[in-house]
Amino acid sequence: MDLLNAIVALLNFVVIPATSYGAQLALGALGVTLIYGILRFSNFAHGDTMAFGTAMVILVTWAMQAMGIHLGPLPTALLALPFGIALTAALVLGTDRAVYRFYRRQKAAPVILVIVSMGVMFIMNGVTRFIIGVDEIRFDDGARFLINAGDFKAATGLAEGLAFRSTQALTIVTAVIVVAALFWFLNKTRTGKSMRAYSDNEDLALLSGINPERVVAVTWIIAAGLATIAGTLYGLDKSFKAFNYFQLLLPIFASAIVGGLGSPLGAIAGGFLIAFSEVGFTYAWKKVATYVLPESLAPDGLAQLLSTDYKFAVSFAILIVVLLFKPTGLFKGKSV
Amino acid sequence: MSGKDNPYKDDRGNKDRSITRPGGGEMDFPKKGGSAKPAPGGPFLAAENMTGGYGAADILHDCTLTVDKGQIAVIVGPNGAGKSTAMKAVFGMLALRGGHVKLDGEDITALSPQDRVAKGMGFVPQTNNVFPSMTVEENLEMGAFLRHDDFARTMDQVYDLFPILKDKRRQAAGELSGGQRQQVAVGRALMTQPKLLMLDEPTAGVSPIVMDELFDRIIEVARTGISILMVEQNARQALEIADRGYVLVQGANRYTDTGQALLADPEVRRTFLGG
Ligand SMILES: Nc1ncnc2c1ncn2[C@@H]1O[C@H](COP(=O)(O)OP(=O)(O)O)[C@@H](O)[C@H]1O
Ligand SMILES: [Mg+2]
Repeated sequence: MDLLNAIVALLNFVVIPATSYGAQLALGALGVTLIYGILRFSNFAHGDTMAFGTAMVILVTWAMQAMGIHLGPLPTALLALPFGIALTAALVLGTDRAVYRFYRRQKAAPVILVIVSMGVMFIMNGVTRFIIGVDEIRFDDGARFLINAGDFKAATGLAEGLAFRSTQALTIVTAVIVVAALFWFLNKTRTGKSMRAYSDNEDLALLSGINPERVVAVTWIIAAGLATIAGTLYGLDKSFKAFNYFQLLLPIFASAIVGGLGSPLGAIAGGFLIAFSEVGFTYAWKKVATYVLPESLAPDGLAQLLSTDYKFAVSFAILIVVLLFKPTGLFKGKSV
Repeated sequence: MSGKDNPYKDDRGNKDRSITRPGGGEMDFPKKGGSAKPAPGGPFLAAENMTGGYGAADILHDCTLTVDKGQIAVIVGPNGAGKSTAMKAVFGMLALRGGHVKLDGEDITALSPQDRVAKGMGFVPQTNNVFPSMTVEENLEMGAFLRHDDFARTMDQVYDLFPILKDKRRQAAGELSGGQRQQVAVGRALMTQPKLLMLDEPTAGVSPIVMDELFDRIIEVARTGISILMVEQNARQALEIADRGYVLVQGANRYTDTGQALLADPEVRRTFLGG
């Protein structure tokens, strides 16, 4: 038995990747849950908003690199992020003005807005591919590793290496800062409180003099910001490919629903739950098991529950189980 | 409104809460309303000859409600008489086909509800009159949303009026008892320092003891010079404290007099006060 090596392997292959993936899902789910809570529909265009935002960040990153602007050990994309957010916010505000506002004025049933958001999704889908193409793009620069597997082995003398990529560290740190800022905004500022009031009781918010168009605009801007940040972190961590962002919609919705739609805390918990389940189910546990179990019990096969090709099935299964047994999600969301 | 009038409201029976959240507002978004015109003279609030409804059919027929400064006016009448509708009309949530609303020497018929709040009206709707997931204190803050001065003193006054709210100020309004929730709702409306406070059945669903307590508080508010227009189910107790009483039937004024006179009127007693 070799507990130390088992722990290192677990950290390296499960805990660290799942934590950074969970942080990315949580940021995506926060955007979805915010739109659901305040505008009252599930925004199917969120995945493609992430793709568009990331594409904008990539374009600005390239421009900065061409001008020789770098951020030292940190990826240049971090510097491009504010510009990407601004461009994405402009796009969603324009979409709201051109599309959603009409239905809002008509007091359209939320399910109609869901279908409308699917239309928006297809358009954004096309726009993003038109601008940046369909290929896989890597845009991370700066230092690759915070902890390098080889150095770790040399330093500790363990058989297992531990790699902690800088993009993973960046993801986690950024997510913590963004979430803290969002909660502070929603709970402490006048505008944030007016958004919660509007989500609670639209009519009373109107009677209190809260301007609904302003609430809606701020909500879109925050959602665009969250989408761009989540998309950029995901792209830095893995790579950018427009289609992958469309596929992310399923785990993101699963995170938001599992946590309880409309509950920001739930979106975060849901993000990590989905990420750890996905990684846990698709990881080949043979290595860890071999370290921990006595030789006679060591597994013959890979001890992998699901092939990675089926990772989306995990989100889907969790989603269905939660909807069947606890439809309001882990944290009491605003859905029935 | 149903899907018949507005096809965008037809959800075709879809009730999937994992993609849609029901319970949006009924009110129209504020439009650039008209402006107020000077109309000197007359009572503090004069909503006169109001005719109108939600759709094609009129609910209110030539309905008139007036309140003098610092006085309490009470509207009573059977269920569905249009009492709440009349309140909404006074507050500008209903398009009037006829009549006008004057407040403090100004004709405000063309103003949106938000603009009326700025003119000194406070409204406590009959239902959904708090922000349930927000704390008591945040509810009061939202009441003061239009104010840009320091409203800490007004909040203290509300806490003095309803001491229980001070103890519960960090608690979500949705977790409070019915009576406490009504106090939050009234407190929220008082935060704009209104000159006219409109209450739609403030004692609905509270115990008799709490009801007496609430009526006492409402009298206290009126003593500070705020005019009160109130709809009440508990007609007898409400008319006791009313300077002016209106009996509304099918959207029209049936009886109008002082509260005491209505209580003494054998006809009113027999038909509306149960003997
Ligand atoms: N939002 C609405 N849309 C259409 N009709 C309504 C609406 N609210 C109330 N009504 C109708 O208006 C009439 C008066 O209702 P209301 O003013 O609520 O009566 P009250 O408050 O006296 O019990 C009733 O016939 C009711 O069905
Ligand atoms: Mg009523």
